[in-house]
Amino acid sequence: MQQATFRVWRGEGKTGQFRDYTTDIVPGMVVLDAIHRIQATQATDLACRWNCKAGKCGSCSAEINGKPRLMCMTRLNQLPLDQPVTVEPMRAFPPIRDLVTDVSWNFEVKKKIKPFQPRRPDAPDGTWRMAQADVDRVQEFRKCIECFLCQDVCHVLREHAMHEQFIGPRFLVYAAALEMHPLDSADRLTGLKDDHGIGYCNITGCCTKVCPEHITITENAIIPLKERVVDQFYDPVRKLLRVFSS
Amino acid sequence: MAQAAWPLVERRFGHTNRRDLWWVPPLVTFLGLSTFVVYSTWAAFQGNHYEHGPYLSPFYSPLLFGEGAHAWFGPQPGWWPGALPFSAALLILWAPGGFRFTCYYYRGAYYKAFWADPPSCTVGEPRKTYLGERAFPLILQNVHRYFLYLALIFICILAYDVWKGFWFEDGSGGVSFGVGIGTLVLAANMVLLGSYTFGCHSLRHLVGGWRDEISKSPVCAASYACTSALNRRHMLFAWLSLFSVGFSDLYIRLCSMGIWHDVRIL
Repeated sequence: MQQATFRVWRGEGKTGQFRDYTTDIVPGMVVLDAIHRIQATQATDLACRWNCKAGKCGSCSAEINGKPRLMCMTRLNQLPLDQPVTVEPMRAFPPIRDLVTDVSWNFEVKKKIKPFQPRRPDAPDGTWRMAQADVDRVQEFRKCIECFLCQDVCHVLREHAMHEQFIGPRFLVYAAALEMHPLDSADRLTGLKDDHGIGYCNITGCCTKVCPEHITITENAIIPLKERVVDQFYDPVRKLLRVFSS
Repeated sequence: MAQAAWPLVERRFGHTNRRDLWWVPPLVTFLGLSTFVVYSTWAAFQGNHYEHGPYLSPFYSPLLFGEGAHAWFGPQPGWWPGALPFSAALLILWAPGGFRFTCYYYRGAYYKAFWADPPSCTVGEPRKTYLGERAFPLILQNVHRYFLYLALIFICILAYDVWKGFWFEDGSGGVSFGVGIGTLVLAANMVLLGSYTFGCHSLRHLVGGWRDEISKSPVCAASYACTSALNRRHMLFAWLSLFSVGFSDLYIRLCSMGIWHDVRIL
């Protein structure tokens, strides 16, 4: 039977080290399968978070060979197995133990974003009318499974730890889903500029590359939001037009 | 905001556990953009060999002042400072240059390739401080849409240059229709520049992206769909048009110098 070596981060809190585990592998295995096999046979105290094994729950986010990926969606035949496969927790969040990180910061950030605020109903019976094409545009953003791989790969959070100043790509997608919704009437642009730090994004596109749901984060969410912020705050002609139109 | 997290391990510049050739794309970007900047700067300062027959180099178009039939307002103006070498390209190149410099695609690319911010995804950076595009000087990138307006005018002018590239002197003082390799080079350049410009993120926003109910305006919806289709290949057109504009100048320059000879197809 073929074998492969996995270099797995083992640690408690901020301290730890990589440890090598060699295990049997079979065709069709994913990294999460290998971690489970290591857990079952060699390291019963190895902590990892997982749930659906189908790429839909976003629980098993980790860094595999240095790239943020879902362990359950990374097939072993996609990896070079002639050298150890490194498996480590997401670096943008505080480590708890082994492969498990504390991602609760994300849930706190989400609460800070102005919630959906529909306009007044279109019909006397209290219902709204909207075109399918307009909803389709934001539907892409609703595919997000909150795996936080985009947050992990974003260098503003990962390298500069600017969690106080910048909400990260995940929540720019969330804000875009609300801001571009045909029924929404709330203004989030001031918040995006001043509190949520959209200006910190320097559009490297890394978030788009790692998204397991293939959401075009940079092009369809972040840049359109940046352009709306420009409309509101940095475009003198638009400002002038607003003065005349009001 | 919520309590800040911290990185798992302090990282050095260039540190990563990636196994792929992560340094290749930023290196290619660095070499590609550097080559273009060096060549275009050199070509802009030459002030000669920018036209050949009906062809005009895109680096010099519109030719506001200069020698030859393409000049709009005649030869070198008297007010031009004597200490500065005259080149008509210096009067106009700032506009397309600014459009590319502030382009969302190029920004992401050159932040990586020239400033290592980051060098590549999940690769350690050289600096601890970071301001992003929130403060001076990079907050000025928000001017991109104004460069877009200028770039759209330039596309119209380049289209006119292509049209003029179909009309060759016939030796009796008149002109006749024809197609040369240079015509095709200029036409391909205009198509690629147009594909790049019309796929601009700012244009996508301005033609309809700013609306939440875009379906209520069929014109906006159609424009948005077209721009989005080009925008999906924005990176491809950014590179192809960069190459084509440089090659167009090189072709006309070498023909003008007599090193290459333009072949008439028709």
